[in-house]
Amino acid sequence: MTEEARAFGYLTQPEIRFLDAAVERLIPADELGPGAKEAGVTYFIDQQLASVWGSHGRNYRAGPWPEGTPQQGFQSRLTPREIYRAAIREVNVHCLKRFQKVFEYLAPREQDEVLEGLESGAIELPSLSSKLFFALLLRNAMEGYFADPIYGGNRDKAGWRLIGFPGVPASNYNDLIGEHNVPYRVEPVSILDIQQGKVKLDSQGLPKHVKLKDEERNAR
Amino acid sequence: MSATRLKPVDAVVVGTGIVGSILSKELADAGLKVVALERGRMIDPQHDFASPSTYDELKYDRHSDIFQDLSRETITFRNNARETALPMREMGSFKPGEAVGGTSLHWGTHARRLLPWDFETRSRTVERYGKSRMPAGCTSQDWGLTYDELEPYYDQFEHLYGVGGKAGNLNGEIQPGGNPFEGPRSREFPNPPSPMTYAGTMFANACRELGYHPHVNPVAAQTQAYVNPYKLMLGQCIRGGFCSSHACSMGAKANPLTTVMPALLKQANFELRPLSNVVKVNLDSDRKRATGVTYLDASGREFEQPADLAILAAYTFNNVRLMLLSGIGRPYDPDANRGVVGRNYSYQSAGGVTCFFEEKAFNPFMGGGARGTAIDEYNGDNFDHSGLDFFGGAYVAVASGGAMPIRSIRVPPGTPRWGAEWKRAAARYYQRNLTVRLHGACQSYRQNHLDLDPTYRDANGLPLLRMTFDWGDNERSASAWILGKAEEIARAMNPSRMHAQPTAGHYDIVPYQSTHNMGGAVMGADPATSAVNKYLQSWDVSNVFVIGGSAFPQNSANPPTATIGTLACWAADAIKDQYLKRPGALV
Repeated sequence: MTEEARAFGYLTQPEIRFLDAAVERLIPADELGPGAKEAGVTYFIDQQLASVWGSHGRNYRAGPWPEGTPQQGFQSRLTPREIYRAAIREVNVHCLKRFQKVFEYLAPREQDEVLEGLESGAIELPSLSSKLFFALLLRNAMEGYFADPIYGGNRDKAGWRLIGFPGVPASNYNDLIGEHNVPYRVEPVSILDIQQGKVKLDSQGLPKHVKLKDEERNAR
Repeated sequence: MSATRLKPVDAVVVGTGIVGSILSKELADAGLKVVALERGRMIDPQHDFASPSTYDELKYDRHSDIFQDLSRETITFRNNARETALPMREMGSFKPGEAVGGTSLHWGTHARRLLPWDFETRSRTVERYGKSRMPAGCTSQDWGLTYDELEPYYDQFEHLYGVGGKAGNLNGEIQPGGNPFEGPRSREFPNPPSPMTYAGTMFANACRELGYHPHVNPVAAQTQAYVNPYKLMLGQCIRGGFCSSHACSMGAKANPLTTVMPALLKQANFELRPLSNVVKVNLDSDRKRATGVTYLDASGREFEQPADLAILAAYTFNNVRLMLLSGIGRPYDPDANRGVVGRNYSYQSAGGVTCFFEEKAFNPFMGGGARGTAIDEYNGDNFDHSGLDFFGGAYVAVASGGAMPIRSIRVPPGTPRWGAEWKRAAARYYQRNLTVRLHGACQSYRQNHLDLDPTYRDANGLPLLRMTFDWGDNERSASAWILGKAEEIARAMNPSRMHAQPTAGHYDIVPYQSTHNMGGAVMGADPATSAVNKYLQSWDVSNVFVIGGSAFPQNSANPPTATIGTLACWAADAIKDQYLKRPGALV
């Protein structure tokens, strides 16, 4: 997806900067490959928040709304959109008090400290549970890093390359099941690749996988 | 608003999942005028499930539009009666479907039969271990029918769904390579078993070393192209993953859309009405006979569909809720332990040992559904429970279900949940782990039940179903003890690290476990402890049959789907051969 095609539908510029910094700590760039920021995870989150899911359109939304036990699951009145909007602002207020800077300008070590405080609940936010926000952020970061690139994340299939996931299957796996302990390493194929006509399809409409060269296979 | 009264039909079927499709087909074949009402939308697999759209984990595992739309209807949940039940606001522990074809559009295709022992859980346990083995408040009971009675219908269902596997017991003779603990089958599976994956082979070798009898799971993802008895052609599974929770693009997953509907939809005496949500079964003035059902169409208009016969073939929750909303059968009262509708709700216990290796390549994305390798030594009463503090058991398996990245990345214990260290571990171990999994039974207890919620309502203003459920000590003990055996098998595979997790603590509705919600309108021999008789016929209203997962008196270790389909075949025959000849109570 080209840069100009990535029009943000919900997040504001400060929120984008916050999330770019946060998701990059959750899944950082390193010698193994791009991190969540470069993989477009912030844009993925924006698109999710703008979707039916962002307003919990398929969730039960009627009250009353008592807190409940952990086993009873999500019981917040807030939708994901509202959670991100409130939490980002309130985390930045916390960062200003603690470090005199907003989250994106903190050193990586300080950013990790803030994220750990949200994860454990040690940082208290005025409007919502910090644990709830962190759990949602981590879940969305993982989704954005590993979901098909049609949703705007996992750019250049960075998440799939990291773990060696081939994406849309080829139709020849039945022939390969008996090859035990032989790594199957191919150029991953996404639904986006197929939509954009970038891969050859067989008669069943499935992609023909292209094997990676040995040096690429052995990178991990 | 008054309902528009439609032209009467012979049979109205509520739901078009595994049960509704089979009942509709069998009754239409018998010459009845049949109308099937489905709350979900119509599905045309060529269009809705066209490749590559189904190879989408985010959509199908997380946000699928073939799962129940909880904004309109959900359940409420609490661990026990001291708590206030709260709505299940988002999908988690289980994923009921909402579409023509029902939940089985996204099932994992694991098609085990139950063990003969499972049908006589209570009497055989008491006979072998004495009454004291039954935990306090345990309401597990016999089914009111035996494995031998059901065997021809298991066979029928397996041929309808093209199940692939290897018989372990053919007419009483143990067969090499199959599961020697299974009940006797009258003939071989219609399709061959799946070949074992590398992970499955390692597990099988470890099991053999320890003296167990590993075998390949029977699956209803076709192991070869197959034509079923309704003359419908199913494609071969390519083992491309994206299976459980997902729709299938290859026409290889047996479900109503691949096994029944194309033949049924051609029949002039059958009509399918999707987006039609049944809200009530209507009874006559003495409440002994159903006159038909009331439903709301896509625009919310109310219709009354008169029928001589009403088949409730919805998901467990909806079968029970419709009975409660319609006043069929006495609602269960857990305090008095009286009444039957809502009684004996159960689920599926679990546990697993994830094993991490340093120099392996499992290619875990190759696979699908329940393809895997299992042992049955610790299932049911296949082992001596003397000296143990539980009854029932689990089968132990390594599944090759197709490991998708959002759901299936596992990292060794002690790894942080995020950051550089997590990323390195994810990259290293996605390909190098397997889980030895327990699929365990769940007994029924007095306190675990279903009723109508006093507070929360659905989009039509009707009360939601309320689930009160927690694990019993029996399930926690069984999981912990059998997990110890699974750890021995795991160790024999020589992993560098292991991580064992039993079923423990309180049942939690958040993490996905299985869509195996059972009971609430259970079958049995005694109307005081069952809502339907052995033919799945309401004890109280004889022209209502309530068929599905709702009929299980407790949940066995083996997955329920094949037995649900088998009960459909069994009930269809009882209706055709007995009920239609002499309408009235069959027992």
